[in-house]
Amino acid sequence: MDILERNLELRERQRLEGHTDRVWSLAWNPAAGVSGIPAMLASCSGDKTVRIWQQDPSGSWDCLAVLEDTHTRTVRSCAWSPSGKLLATASFDAATAVWEHIGGDFECVATLEGHENEVKSVSWNASGSLLATCSRDKTVWIWEVQPGNEFECVSVLQGHTQDVKMVQWHPFLDVLVSVSYDNSVKIWAEDGDSDDWHCVQTLNEASSGHTSTVWAVSFSSNGDRMVTCSDDLTLKIWDTSSNPSETSDSNCGSWRHLCTISGYHDRTIFSVNWSREGVIASGAADDAIRLFLESKDNSVDAPSYKLLSKKEKAHDMDVNSVQWNPKEPGVLASASDDGTIKIWELLEVPR
Amino acid sequence: MVTGLINANPIVYERKARQVRSAPTNIDEYADEPIDQQEIFDHIRDIKDPEHPYSLEELKVVTEDSIEVNDKQSYVRVTFTPTVEHCSMATVIGLCLRVKLMRSLPSRYKVDVRIAPGTHATEAAVNKQLNDKERVAAALENPNLSEMVNECLAPTFA
Repeated sequence: MDILERNLELRERQRLEGHTDRVWSLAWNPAAGVSGIPAMLASCSGDKTVRIWQQDPSGSWDCLAVLEDTHTRTVRSCAWSPSGKLLATASFDAATAVWEHIGGDFECVATLEGHENEVKSVSWNASGSLLATCSRDKTVWIWEVQPGNEFECVSVLQGHTQDVKMVQWHPFLDVLVSVSYDNSVKIWAEDGDSDDWHCVQTLNEASSGHTSTVWAVSFSSNGDRMVTCSDDLTLKIWDTSSNPSETSDSNCGSWRHLCTISGYHDRTIFSVNWSREGVIASGAADDAIRLFLESKDNSVDAPSYKLLSKKEKAHDMDVNSVQWNPKEPGVLASASDDGTIKIWELLEVPR
Repeated sequence: MVTGLINANPIVYERKARQVRSAPTNIDEYADEPIDQQEIFDHIRDIKDPEHPYSLEELKVVTEDSIEVNDKQSYVRVTFTPTVEHCSMATVIGLCLRVKLMRSLPSRYKVDVRIAPGTHATEAAVNKQLNDKERVAAALENPNLSEMVNECLAPTFA
């Protein structure tokens, strides 16, 4: 039966408490959660700490570690390296810290400094050889991972006219996407011959893009689509018919606007995440989580995404982050201004 | 650096007399009383202007009518009017309003703060900044700005 015909509901499995301020962002450890290795989740908060949560054999979640005394201001974003051994954390204190999981401990092994002010997001590329950060200083920095936990800045990308809210690498290509307070989405790639990075495409209002701050971006698992969410209360799906790394010399990339999902959230949409199974989750300032799936049954021309499920009052306050567990289909984590993290399970319920 | 005052001679209005709340018709003292316009106004009327020893009420930056509230939907919108069109303090005033409401209202409340349409040169930019909670959070971690906000809010906690 078509999944859209089924009655699916997000059921709360556990509420994780411990942060003493709003929780901004979450990251699932990509190397955990299979073959006996317990699932692991990192969360970061306005309380200046990062918490690591681990699932015990009974399925219950506990706080394994609290990473503190390094960042002096809000920790805005966190990201695991593909191997799951390193965790990068970006803070309003203008620094990005890198933590190594050694034994049962997390040790700060590097601090990346250079941004003028608040760092808002951090992302590892697919191979774990590059790290990208972005800031209120309007720039995006690309760092190369060197032996011995050294990080060298290889490029400072300028192009956004306002603070950059989030950076995200393509799931397998060295193509970077940044989204901004200037309402635009930018695609960055490396020049074939010189080692220079440059902007290959800008998706703005003129390209059917957003009309207010773009807060987040997420790729589909095969990398040929991405979804962005915005203060303009919409989600937008972008499609690349050709390989996104194959861009011409002129400033025209291969991404085009596919469709806009609107009318579902009535306050700013802060977070969006595309699952491996194709379900798009969105979390917003209306305290709700919504799930969308591409509808295959319609006519040939216009692809469309339908509401699969909704959870009103998912949290008591704004939902800042929604992240699908990459290893366990249907398991979603959410973080909120109410200081809690929730683990959800997408279940079929009788009508 | 600004050397002089932005608005050296603001018009100062008389403060409205405190309204005595009408006696509750419901005798049950534990019954929920919905939050109304007057209650919101009482939270913000005494906020001090960042550059004058007057309150936002005395400068008519806020009035009772500039508040829209829907208690059932936990929503409030405050529209404020800067004293001059080029007032560079507009962002600070807006920040004070937002912080005061954040601290005074139940957490279920959604708050929007905006400049009265047509009363400020960079209205859209200020509104965007005031309603970006990440920018607000970062601003409040700035010691100078935070001190300024707390100074303006001090009279409201008197």
